Amino acid sequence: MTITEKLLARAAGRDAVKPGEFVSCKLDLVLANDITAPIAIDEFRNMGADGVFDPKKVALVCDHSTPNRNIEAATQTKKVREFAREMGIPNYWEADQGGIEHIILPDKGLVIPGDVVIGADSHTCTYGALGAFSTGVGSTDAAAGMALGECWFRVPETIEVIYSGELQPWVCGKDLILKLIGEIGVAGARYRALEFKGAVIENLGMAGRFTICNMAIEAGAKNGVVAPDATTLQWVEGRSEREPVVFGSDDDASYFRTVEIDCNVLEPQVAFPHLPENTKGISEVGDVPIDQVVIGACTNGRLEDLREAAKVLEDRHVADGIRCIVIPGSQEIHLQATREGLVEKFLQAGCLVSTPTCGPCLGMHMGVLAEGERAIATTNRNFVGRMGHPKSEVYLASPAVAAASAVAGKIAGPADV
Amino acid sequence: MKATGRVHKYGDHIDTDAIIAARYLSTTDPIELAAHCMQDIDADFVERAEPGDIIVAGENFGCGSSREHAPIAIKAAGVSAVIAGNFARIFYRNALNIGLPIIEAPEAAAAINAGDEVTVDTEAGTIVDHTTGEEFTFQPLTDVAAELVQAGGLVPMVKERLAGKK
Repeated sequence: MTITEKLLARAAGRDAVKPGEFVSCKLDLVLANDITAPIAIDEFRNMGADGVFDPKKVALVCDHSTPNRNIEAATQTKKVREFAREMGIPNYWEADQGGIEHIILPDKGLVIPGDVVIGADSHTCTYGALGAFSTGVGSTDAAAGMALGECWFRVPETIEVIYSGELQPWVCGKDLILKLIGEIGVAGARYRALEFKGAVIENLGMAGRFTICNMAIEAGAKNGVVAPDATTLQWVEGRSEREPVVFGSDDDASYFRTVEIDCNVLEPQVAFPHLPENTKGISEVGDVPIDQVVIGACTNGRLEDLREAAKVLEDRHVADGIRCIVIPGSQEIHLQATREGLVEKFLQAGCLVSTPTCGPCLGMHMGVLAEGERAIATTNRNFVGRMGHPKSEVYLASPAVAAASAVAGKIAGPADV
Repeated sequence: MKATGRVHKYGDHIDTDAIIAARYLSTTDPIELAAHCMQDIDADFVERAEPGDIIVAGENFGCGSSREHAPIAIKAAGVSAVIAGNFARIFYRNALNIGLPIIEAPEAAAAINAGDEVTVDTEAGTIVDHTTGEEFTFQPLTDVAAELVQAGGLVPMVKERLAGKK
């Protein structure tokens, strides 16, 4: 079996499962946010549920519109806050108190290896980096999960992705996943699991692994996963009182497809509008002037990401007329970035440093684009209108490329500034 | 379920930001959501849409965000069914859960034109394009998907289970 099959089999109380089978799994965590929880709460009540299956296994994070952008958003956040209080759910945060959901839940030890997690947010697939099965669902599935502590799944076939060779300078997790999406397309892993492995993954830290799994959904995948190793277990150590359950794929596991990416020849990647599959190497980008840079999001708002961006921005200045918004993914990351002097470097370079929020990634607030404006962002989607006006454009890249572009005033690689 | 309506046609990878942009997500009211359905890729959709109309699209319909507001907006806009080459998985689950009829039929999705009058019969597994006279078949739903439709969505299904527990 593959690791995904083993994770689902365990949660279904089975010895083995096969791709294509339908299974009902016990859930270790159910997540919803300020956009999706309000509908989930209504449907939870419509289901006639009195209480959530286990208050400790539900997490509610208001991060998309927070700090609340307007009265309507504040009303939604209030509804979620009051529901958490009523249900006795201890794991409730607003971004300006905690951070972005997919960054804080692993950081706080709410997801560990072996878990099966659903979240009413498509980027719930992020936690696969810990060797968990984790997938996005809608509000009604989240409501059912909160009520029953269970969810049905069709066991997915797995696509194995082997990253071989060695990472070249300034190439990181973001480039690895953008390259893959460019190769297989935005529907290339539709309904399937993406299992990331190979020498490059073995040598990659957790931040890079989270970034890769975060964007599994951008290839249409049900989940992305990396088998836990010493790096994972060391990272998890001390975060949770629960024991990690470590699975790996068997040597004779059967895969739907194998994709191999040679990282010896991989340069930083940029995804052009309006799909994440429109990737090009930085050397092929050409002259693309920009108006705004966003460094952050559940994809790249971790401390390691900020360090990479600071390396590029240190002793340099953002180009005239460019707005560069840096968003630490959590209050804890913001504090650590302050202690390390990263925040000062950003401010001296002319960046704006924001409180944690998903805000600009989805064109909600804190950096919305006007007609004809163009941004390069470390976020995960560049669909039409994603960051604002339907005639604005988003280019996706790593923190280092985004920072270099801020300095150059046009899309540029860190080696070019 | 049998539905007849005029077709609004779209291409591949219609994402949920296109179906309902995030800036309209500070509400859960289906009518308000429907007022902005498809706005960023088809500004006149809401004006043109008549009750019973059918959306026909290519591959990977509903990709991107998990927002259930997307199928809710489509349903509240009066759309009776969505026919596509195939669907992104979260959208697929969401549509079944809230009772928006969705049909995976690649041949029909490719052949049917914008403005055609089409009848969909989900039990028989047939699509008839009255404008061109063409007929198509598709595989009716099975397993959990069929059970969900039978139950009228996930809410009644869970409600029944919880009532049984009490």
